[in-house]
Parts: sequence; structure tokens; C-alpha cells
Amino acid sequence: MQTIFFENTPRIIATGTIAGPKECAGVVGKCVDKTLTDDMFGESTYEKAECKMLSYAITKAIENAGEEQSNIDMLISGDLLNQIISASFAARDFDFPFLGVYGACSTLAESYAIAAALLNAGYYKKIVAATGSHFSSAERQYRYPLELGNTRPPQSQWTVTGAGGAVIASEGSPTAITSATFGKVVDFGITDVNNMGAAMAPAAADTILAHLKETGRNADYYDLIITGDLGALGSRILKDLVWEKGVDIQNNHVDCGEIIYKVIEDEFQGGSGAGCSAVVFNSYIYEKLKRRELNRVLLAATGALLSTVSSGQGESIPCICHAVAIENL
Amino acid sequence: MTGKNRENYNKNYIAYVNSFDPPTQHFKNCLRAFLVGGLICCIGQFMREIFEKVIGLNGDELSAAVSILLIFLGTLLTGFGVYDRIGRYAGAGSIVPITGFANSVASPAIEFKTEGLVYGMAAKMFIVAGPIIVYGVLAGTAVGLIYLFL
Repeated sequence: MQTIFFENTPRIIATGTIAGPKECAGVVGKCVDKTLTDDMFGESTYEKAECKMLSYAITKAIENAGEEQSNIDMLISGDLLNQIISASFAARDFDFPFLGVYGACSTLAESYAIAAALLNAGYYKKIVAATGSHFSSAERQYRYPLELGNTRPPQSQWTVTGAGGAVIASEGSPTAITSATFGKVVDFGITDVNNMGAAMAPAAADTILAHLKETGRNADYYDLIITGDLGALGSRILKDLVWEKGVDIQNNHVDCGEIIYKVIEDEFQGGSGAGCSAVVFNSYIYEKLKRRELNRVLLAATGALLSTVSSGQGESIPCICHAVAIENL
Repeated sequence: MTGKNRENYNKNYIAYVNSFDPPTQHFKNCLRAFLVGGLICCIGQFMREIFEKVIGLNGDELSAAVSILLIFLGTLLTGFGVYDRIGRYAGAGSIVPITGFANSVASPAIEFKTEGLVYGMAAKMFIVAGPIIVYGVLAGTAVGLIYLFL
């Protein structure tokens, strides 16, 4: 069994989000707590800006929950930078234990699942789970300098500048995490680092199928099946892959990366990065859950577990997808 | 699944993914590259005429002066954050000329300045241009040797 069930139903009591100007031009613009006008966020480097965004999301989530920081038992966080520096450095600002996790762009779902498990077991009462990413720091680590005059291939995606987090507690809101499915590492042999959607789609399909099978649910049990950052191309492949196994998610699947950007300029397939699902889920989707426009969603965030070293050595891209079922009870 | 089995299994998937590849717009790309690349060359030629007629330079001095000015302009536009936009539009049209080379040196220098002037900017300045220099020198040597023995 990959799926665990939380009979004590830990609740998502509040969220905090922040995103860059490009992201806020789209659907999340009206729902985020803060829109950045300057993607440096008043800092001297992009890495510091990313860290500050994450710190802001954590603080804001706690504030929105009406909680004091002293009541928080733990922070679970991770990000895309080497040695997850944004998360660890952001954790410096807080006086509670920190659990650093890395699941690339699946970090949000992974932290929610771990938080829910710890709360369900009764070890803790309130946990903050957060993650974020920054276009410019990710570009530098994974690709080229920002000012280099090269072209982006049409399969590529655009790393989201933003961060989002949630306070998950044992009680205090109708929105509950009811189960989680931990994913297997899936690698179908894609080596093109500009085609993350195609690399990650098989992992998403694997976890979603496992979740539906183990919970005995049909795909239409969920109002929405949300993937993190497959992009337009990856989403299409995902639908094909699950269709092959007799599951139809044509009508209720939505990809955060596909919907986040309004203007398609150089983003091509859409948004990516840990911040993508963090911003879209914690603002836009959570807002809809609160208003009960959505009642059952499956958040299946995917992550590409590559590094610049592995891709330089010609390795294919292993991917993972963790899913959490979030329901209004 | 490991080794050869996995490779066979993946082939179908990779072929399937490749079938989604948007077709490269060769004509549009070539036209843009031709126009922008041509424009950069025209600017160079214009400088050449000016340097020759107004300042009275000639021969190697003339070529060097034009190159220096083009490199300066490429670097300046990189610093202003304009060259990457030109590059996105023009592709090879702005990568191939000497201004593109200037951009490939200046852009990592700007990017890694945050890690210090020695280990950041200076050490990482050639991460993009390094291979061009290495293989450029290698190719130059090979051609030179051929020329020597002919």
C-alpha cells in the first residue's frame, strides 16, 4: 500500500502566499496575500529574495490562522536550491523545530503528507508546511545566466516566482487532509531537461492510479485532480497515460503550471517549480475550498529529481509524485 | 526494470513524446536571424566606413577598432538587460556575431557577481564562452598546421 489514511483528519486552517508580478497577472493575482512589484523583494540577491518570500509565506500563514508563532510545533519545508538553502535559511527566523524535505516540485504535497501524518498520530498540534521557488535563482542553478541571449525551446516551462505555505492543525477548519499517497520514483527515460512535463507525467499517472485503486475511488469522486507543474504538454500526456489504464480525468484534471500564467510570452508550456503548486493551491484552490465551490480535491504534485551533474552525465530524469486528498468535511 | 529491458520499454514512450514536438519554424527563425544578424553586420560595416574616412584608420587597426566597439556595444546592451531580448527574438542572428560572444562573457559575469569579484565574477565569467575559446583555439591550430604543410 502506498496510501495512508488519516482517521483523525488533520485540517488546513490557513494559508499564506506571495508571488511575483508575472504570476499575479493571472488567476492567482486576486487570491495571494502579497504581490511583489520587484522580484528582488528588496534584497541584494535572488537567493535571499527567495528565502524572504518563503519566510513571508510562513509568517503570513501563521498570522492568517490567528496563531502566535509560539504555538507552532514544527516547520516542514524545502525548495529547489542546492542543499535547500531557502528553506533552512528561512527557518532561522523561527523559533520552532524545522524538518527539511526535498521532493523538487513535489515538495508541497510531500510536506503536507508528512505534516498530516505527524498530526494524525497526535505528536503535534500545529505544523506549518511551506515551499517556494524563484525564477532567477532556479535559472542560474539549472540553466543559463539571465542576461544570456539564447532562445528557449517550445517544450520549456517558466519557474514560478512565489512561495506558499499552510498551517495544518489537528482541528479548526472544515478543510481536512484525509489521505496521502506516497509516490514511487518513475523514470521513462526522458533525458531532455527542457521537457519536464513529459518526464514527470508517468510519475503523476503512477501515483494517481495507485491512489484511486487503493482508495477504491473513481476519478470523478474528486471535484478536481490537481497536478503541480506538468504544463500543457505534460497534462496532455498524463491524460493519455491514465486513459490507457481505463481512468478518465479529462473533465476534472487541472494543472497549476498550465493555469498560472495569463500571458503566454516565453513561458510556453506554463509554470514550474516548487512555488507553482505552492502558490496556486494555497491561494486560488484553497479559496475555492473555503467557499465550498470545491469540496474534494486530490493534490498530486510532481517533482523531477535531477541535478545539473546527472543531466550533464547524460542520465535520464527520475521523477516522483506525491498525492494528498483534501476534502471539506 | 533495469538495463536493456528498460531501454526497450522506454523507446515507445520517447517516440510518443517526440510526436508532440511542435514543428520548428525554420523559415521564421532563419528570416529573423538573417535580419538581425545582417543588421549587426551593417552596423559593423558602417563603423568601418566612419573609422576609415573620418579617423583615417586602416588595415589591422581598422578591424580591431570595429571589433572593440562592437564588443563594447554587446556588453553594454547585456548590462542594460536588452541583449537577452534581442537574442530571444533573433536566435543565431545575435549569437553568432562578435556581440553575441561579448554577451556570453558579460552575462555570467553579471550573474555571479553576487559570489564575489574573484571566485564569483572572474572565475565564472567563462562558463559559457569557455568552450568556444577552447575549441576555437584548437580548430585554429589545426587549420594553421594544415596551412603550414600545404
